[in-house]
Amino acid sequence: MPAFLSRCLTALACGTVLLFAGGCSDDQISAREGAAKKIFLINNRSEPRFLDLQRANSTAEHQINLALFEGLVAESKNSDRDVEPGVAERWEPNADKSVWTFHIRKNAMWSDGVPITAHDVVWSWRRMLMKELGSEYSKMLFLLKNGEAFYQKKVPAEELGVRAVDDYTLEVALVGPTPHYPSIACHTSWWMVPRHAIEKWGGITDVMNPWFEPGKMVSNGPFTLKRYTFRRYLETERNPRYWDAATVKLDGVRFYAIESDNTEERIFRRGQLHATYNVPLAKIPDYMRDHPDVISNQLNLAIRLYRVNIARGPLKDVRVRRALGFSLDRQSMIDNILRANEKPALGIVPPMEGYEGVKEFRFDPAEAKRLMAEAGFPDGKGFPTNLNILISKSEVAVQIAEAVQAMWKEHLGISVGIASQDYTVYLTSQQQKDYDIAFGGWNADYYDPATFVDMWVTEGGNNHTNWSSAEFDKLVFDATQCADAEKRLKILHDAEAVALKDAAVLPIYYITRTRLIHPAVKEWQPRALDNRLWKYMDLISPPPPCSMDDELKRD
Amino acid sequence: MLRFTLSRFIQSIVVIFAVFTLTFFMVRVVKGDPFAGEKAMTPDVRRVMETRYGLDRPLYEQYFRTLGSYLQGDLMPSMKYQGMWNARIIADSFPISLTIGLAALAVALSIGLPAGIIAAVRRNSWVDYSAMSLALVGICLPTFVMGPVLALIFGLHFRWFNVAGWFESTDWVLPSVTMGLIYAAYIARMTRGGMLEVLNQDFIRTARAKGLSEGRIIIRHALRGGLIPVVAFLGPALAGITTGSFIIEKIYNLPGLGQHFVRSVFDRDYSLIMATVMLFATLLVTVNFFTDVLIGWLNPRVRFA
Repeated sequence: MPAFLSRCLTALACGTVLLFAGGCSDDQISAREGAAKKIFLINNRSEPRFLDLQRANSTAEHQINLALFEGLVAESKNSDRDVEPGVAERWEPNADKSVWTFHIRKNAMWSDGVPITAHDVVWSWRRMLMKELGSEYSKMLFLLKNGEAFYQKKVPAEELGVRAVDDYTLEVALVGPTPHYPSIACHTSWWMVPRHAIEKWGGITDVMNPWFEPGKMVSNGPFTLKRYTFRRYLETERNPRYWDAATVKLDGVRFYAIESDNTEERIFRRGQLHATYNVPLAKIPDYMRDHPDVISNQLNLAIRLYRVNIARGPLKDVRVRRALGFSLDRQSMIDNILRANEKPALGIVPPMEGYEGVKEFRFDPAEAKRLMAEAGFPDGKGFPTNLNILISKSEVAVQIAEAVQAMWKEHLGISVGIASQDYTVYLTSQQQKDYDIAFGGWNADYYDPATFVDMWVTEGGNNHTNWSSAEFDKLVFDATQCADAEKRLKILHDAEAVALKDAAVLPIYYITRTRLIHPAVKEWQPRALDNRLWKYMDLISPPPPCSMDDELKRD
Repeated sequence: MLRFTLSRFIQSIVVIFAVFTLTFFMVRVVKGDPFAGEKAMTPDVRRVMETRYGLDRPLYEQYFRTLGSYLQGDLMPSMKYQGMWNARIIADSFPISLTIGLAALAVALSIGLPAGIIAAVRRNSWVDYSAMSLALVGICLPTFVMGPVLALIFGLHFRWFNVAGWFESTDWVLPSVTMGLIYAAYIARMTRGGMLEVLNQDFIRTARAKGLSEGRIIIRHALRGGLIPVVAFLGPALAGITTGSFIIEKIYNLPGLGQHFVRSVFDRDYSLIMATVMLFATLLVTVNFFTDVLIGWLNPRVRFA
């Protein structure tokens, strides 16, 4: 063999060996070891982009923050609708529920031992309302009196509706009566960040301030940040200074960012995960049949829907839009495509305790036909053929669009196309209102129908449909001014009915979260918002028997 | 040889500069931007973000600022991952892709070269046919079929390896084999083709007439010329192999570089797109440069062409 070739191969071999020696150094623990060590292994799907609590905007970041931080109040363990004490041990509203006083517990402290005071909350909310922070959730705090004015720098900080009466008493003044404020305050945008740690490591709003890195981050939740290796995993460990540390069962949570459904399913079967993020669509029926004890299936407070751009051709006619809505056999999509116990969405608001949703879009092909004829398109005659359903390239979106295409063809005699775009382009097209009909969704931020209803107000940032109704806008506004909780829900119900009648949004289904759960997991509590209450979660070692033991127990 | 090397070097610099300029303007023309999200960003927040990354300035100014940073070796921060420098993202992920890629290359060469040589020497025999049929199957089987199949067999059934992840010292095996088998198939076919051409030439007949042993003829005389197509292919392929594959990284959940090529484009992370494209371009141009020089040395005719 020529000398150069043998030299090349030798160098290649040496280099390769050297690389392997240093290449892999992280430890991996199996689900069984994890159960013994009380470390929960969960797939969180994506890499966090913002570890700064107040900049976080994705579900992945949200799940991590639920382990690291805690707000004044927290979601109740017993009911999705209720809240339980967090950093605040008790709270009370004034008569019209527009001013709330929170009493901060004296034993609440940051993970470095610095006590948490009402001043921390005031500082955090002011930071949240700094434009320069560039947080997408700042506008949640516009609920504070002068919140928006402060954000626009029209009033000084002193006039913002939050005030520390003393170290442990916080007074929160809101723009109007808000009987459900504690539910809203569960959202991470209302939580507090450690002023002393942020100021120590850099500018308050500097995006490169490294205060959230392991070793620097100070938090106040049941866990603290232990380790974060980009694209590998993020690990948290028990926070001994957490005020309710005695309740916490786990010693740590490890968040993986495995993006592929199929890959995470293989890792689960290899016994290396306690909970997957999802289940491959094609495998759901098999798991439901063969391993019902492993697959978990929970209705989520979230909807998948079609937005209709009411400025486009025949879609300007409300009768056409309603006909599109009435001709969808939602149950059939669930039975044949989704197959994970989703619920047909007849209204905008998913089933929620205490709220009676509007059931508008039942499957009624006869009514749909009649409406189309009335609009001048009997049996679809004369209906333009250049309308498209805009989707991103996700498996579910494609299959649903194909089903809808077939249903509209069958019941209305019309042909629509499917326009599939890259995710970013798909989002931009909607924001620029450059589409006919678009697949979309909404996940609740907090447990209240308003999170689904008020996004459809005129020029709302997520409306995208060109739809606007003075009547609807007024109802949504009235709801924000109503101190009577029950009456307020009634107003929201009326608003939902108005929006549905005009059919700029066609609800399709309420989603379920489907996961594979390892038998070692104790009490995987169903949560409407899919927020894990990490402080109550536990693992059993050795895991009890389950139907997948022949695979899970092999190592 | 010096003149040849120098002119190739200058060409390389021009290519890298052209790629930089084209990439910079092309990504700006495409619809979408780094700040698109499921929940719409308010105009205020958008303005803050644009100012933060200098996107509010005129395009030509952004271009020269970016160019200036790159000339100083600064790859700038990512627009999507807060507090992450592109240089760090690449430094974290490139070694992993390099490891897997080099191992894949070793797999590819150790299977492809012998298979191609044997097929050429025993041309039109059953050895040739079976080797080449297998190679064809290898070329046709996409990684997204091969990957999960290997993971199912060796990860889940035999439990010899992890099905995914980058933790243990054996985690490179399955991805490298998946990747290597495809390249092995290409290399086998190319080696065979190159060898056949050389084996038919007069100087081989002369060598045989002089009574040299068959083994000596193949290794000393035929291989040098027969490998030219393989070397020409491997040069550019090396840049591709060592910078990772999106599909393999997804199947095996690897923290490699390949995903950033694809994801940065989906995310419209302008600065990370620039960083990855420039890395790839520089690598490709460098490898090509050395390949050209190597081929010039292997084949004198190229030098004077």
